Amino acid sequence: MSVPILKQGDVLIASIQSALTDRDLLQLKDELAEKVGRLRSRGVVIDVTALDVMDSFATRTIRSIAAATRLRGAETVVVGIQPEVAIALVELGLTLDGIATALDLEEGLDVLVEVMEARRRDR
Amino acid sequence: MIDERRVPIDRDVDIVTARQLGRELAAEAGFTGSDLTLIATAISEVARNIVVYAERGEIRLGRTDRNGREGIEVVAADEGPGIPDIQQAMQDGFSTGRSLGLGLPGARRLMDEFEIVSEVGKGTVVTMRKWRP
Ligand SMILES: Nc1ncnc2c1ncn2[C@@H]1O[C@H](COP(=O)(O)OP(=O)(O)OP(=O)(O)O)[C@@H](O)[C@H]1O
Ligand SMILES: [Mg+2]
Repeated sequence: MSVPILKQGDVLIASIQSALTDRDLLQLKDELAEKVGRLRSRGVVIDVTALDVMDSFATRTIRSIAAATRLRGAETVVVGIQPEVAIALVELGLTLDGIATALDLEEGLDVLVEVMEARRRDR
Repeated sequence: MIDERRVPIDRDVDIVTARQLGRELAAEAGFTGSDLTLIATAISEVARNIVVYAERGEIRLGRTDRNGREGIEVVAADEGPGIPDIQQAMQDGFSTGRSLGLGLPGARRLMDEFEIVSEVGKGTVVTMRKWRP
């Protein structure tokens, strides 16, 4: 089950549609890192609304997607973490420190604009 | 265990199968809301450990009861390399796989009961239970 990646201006939107295997998640990481460079994207939104479980592997992979795309010049925002999933993440001891999050896609795009501007100022 | 179901584990899709079945059985056993996600997440962690460290094994799932309380039982069993130092493996951040080392201690926090028996060269059995509120 691969994840569709949409290009909207200088932003890439990866909207996860169903449960993902470890291999699907790694494929998403590779595709995003490649597309960010090829399409000169400045931002990435990962929509995880459809994920009913985020375990240590999924969280680690999302963290490494954010780190890899940042090295390729783009900021990442994770949107749609379900309330039950958020509770489970805390119990597991996992965090998404340093990664912007938002409740839904619309808010995520707003957050991304802020994060991208902040980064531009830092340069 | 009542109505035991078995899921063979030997590659990454089996992890998804096991946790989805676990969620279904937990719902049938009367669990609701975030408990379903906590149970599914714990199953995901122990199933992944099988794939990563033991290559293959199985997850057994079923209802259980004790002293009038009902719950769900999850057993993750493999005949892999075993764990030399369980106390160390249960610590947050300990990993021989250059990972986060949160799977076992995290699964323990997600469930109500957690037991692990392991013998080097023989394999590992993790038994977890959660009781209905
Ligand atoms: N079924 C198993 N067979 C053999 N060794 C295991 C098994 N499960 C866990 N271990 C050992 O225990 C350690 C801790 O496991 P744990 O799941 O807590 O962390 P991890 O798998 O290393 O990282 P994470 O789960 O956070 O990705 C592992 O690194 C491994 O050495
Ligand atoms: Mg693990």
